[in-house]
Amino acid sequence: MDGSKGFEDALTGEQKIRNFNINFGPQHPAAHGVLRLVLELDGEIVERCDPHIGLLHRGTEKLMESRTYLQNLPYFDRLDYVAPMNQEHAWCLAIEKLTGVQVPRRASLIRVLFSEIGRILNHLLNVTTQAMDVGALTPPLWGFEEREDLMIFYERACGARLHAAYFRPGGVHQDLPDDLIDDIEAWSHRFPKRLDDIDGLLSENRIFKQRNVDIGIVTEEEIQQYGFSGVMVRGSGLAWDLRRSQPYECYDEFDFKIPVGKNGDCYDRYLVRMEEMRQSIKIIQQAIAKLREEPGDVLARGKITPPSRTDMKTSMESLIHHFKLYTEGFHVPAGEVYCAVEAPKGEFGVYLVADGTNKPYRAKLRAPGFLHLQAMDHVAGGHQLADVAAIIGTMDIVFGEVDR
Amino acid sequence: MSDALKELGEHIELKRPDCVLSWDVTHGELNVDVTPANIKGFVEFLKTDATCRFSSLVDITGVDYPERPKRFDVVYHFLSMYQNHRIRLRVSIREEDLVPSITEVHPSADWFEREVYDMFGIIFSGHPDLRRILTDYGFRGHPLRKDFPTTGYTEVRYDETQKRVVYEPVSLVQEYRQFDFMSPWEGAEYILPGDEKTEAK
Repeated sequence: MDGSKGFEDALTGEQKIRNFNINFGPQHPAAHGVLRLVLELDGEIVERCDPHIGLLHRGTEKLMESRTYLQNLPYFDRLDYVAPMNQEHAWCLAIEKLTGVQVPRRASLIRVLFSEIGRILNHLLNVTTQAMDVGALTPPLWGFEEREDLMIFYERACGARLHAAYFRPGGVHQDLPDDLIDDIEAWSHRFPKRLDDIDGLLSENRIFKQRNVDIGIVTEEEIQQYGFSGVMVRGSGLAWDLRRSQPYECYDEFDFKIPVGKNGDCYDRYLVRMEEMRQSIKIIQQAIAKLREEPGDVLARGKITPPSRTDMKTSMESLIHHFKLYTEGFHVPAGEVYCAVEAPKGEFGVYLVADGTNKPYRAKLRAPGFLHLQAMDHVAGGHQLADVAAIIGTMDIVFGEVDR
Repeated sequence: MSDALKELGEHIELKRPDCVLSWDVTHGELNVDVTPANIKGFVEFLKTDATCRFSSLVDITGVDYPERPKRFDVVYHFLSMYQNHRIRLRVSIREEDLVPSITEVHPSADWFEREVYDMFGIIFSGHPDLRRILTDYGFRGHPLRKDFPTTGYTEVRYDETQKRVVYEPVSLVQEYRQFDFMSPWEGAEYILPGDEKTEAK
């Protein structure tokens, strides 16, 4: 190799430098489920990121077309299985909007209470596992302990730890026992301390900041272009929260603040989630105070809800009503509505087309994670491979809702 | 709320009479029927117009009405975070019609249009990468069409001898159960077993 032959070798295909394609997932602990990313890497820099989704597709929307409105409710628990009740909420709101049913106040308060518990459940999981993705091992262990307590509250309210089926069209399934309300309150005073512990582990942690600050920056323009919602919006300084801007249920009477970030990076989204948990605690405590002064029924008794047990045992009509409700189900007047709730991950919406029968003609579930993941190519482009895990973490992707 | 939406509806009809077929406010939501050819320009108008500012795409989906000559409805939802209102656009198309893609106006339409294509077989002209998104690689058919059976056509299992996953036609151990709740004395369109004898008399 004295140079006399020229450098023809460098021009042959063998030595040409080309980008490296790798599969990230579908089995990867940082992929948060069954995500398959096809990444094109230039060295360690992500050039292109093509998410392949649908590995958890269960055809929920198709199945819903052949089931009654009430039978469809449990499918919502299985969408975002991290905060199940928030999804049910959207479905109930859509049905209530079409049928024009007014939810009793106590049921409304219970819904707010459990929606906020769901929010904490979600943020606890997200913040701590994202921390694990970037290398911290302790936070998930501490966070899951608190989640366990919350799961037990779920279980005590409805009998199931995850797949609750607790919110029903017209109210909630069962009333809460008094001692459960007391226990939730006791927990709500205990929890901020644990939150401070996690805060102390992460917020000023050098490694955590190195991995999150200035990573995955989202601007206001990108929010609009890619249809972001929830924390992805608030992390960039836009105080957009459906609970405040388009109040549903009885959120308008609660006193809470909407935390916003400044830079729109992964670290700000982490901070927003931490603060949202503290605000949720405030809402929970207010809801409990209101619940104690608000005895009464938790279901709007009528065609779309079952009769009380005592009625059923004494009145033939109630018995028939009960039987027909759980076999045929109720009929929803024809029409189309879109109802959205501020789920922990962003705007979760249901577009419901009813044709007057006992089954939805078409139900479209609008999941926030679907849009967030879609922007992955844009947000992760130009970042290092290791940042992909951090970005997926703060986007808060759960495949139950993305794939449906 | 619905007064403001009515004003908005009138404003939109006034500005773009060529696009709007009809509009109404029901259940406190603004619905606008749009002609398929104009959808892209109309969406752009909604995005830029100062009173509308529908800057954020919420959802695109389809609805199948097999009995209509214009079989599909493509439904768009938009949200304005600045004006705090929502709108729903409906585009009715025939089975063989194409819909102009709005990915150039809203990049977030990309996956939604892929999903509608996957589920309904509606083709969006001008979409950069119209692949299937949710169904299996190599899937055939469009599941959310009303004539697609809920059970599907194929099932998969791991074959021990071939050492790979094989696709087979679906075999049901029991009939797929669909109940109808029509009373046999009123409204039911079928004849109960045994009842045909009364007709013969």
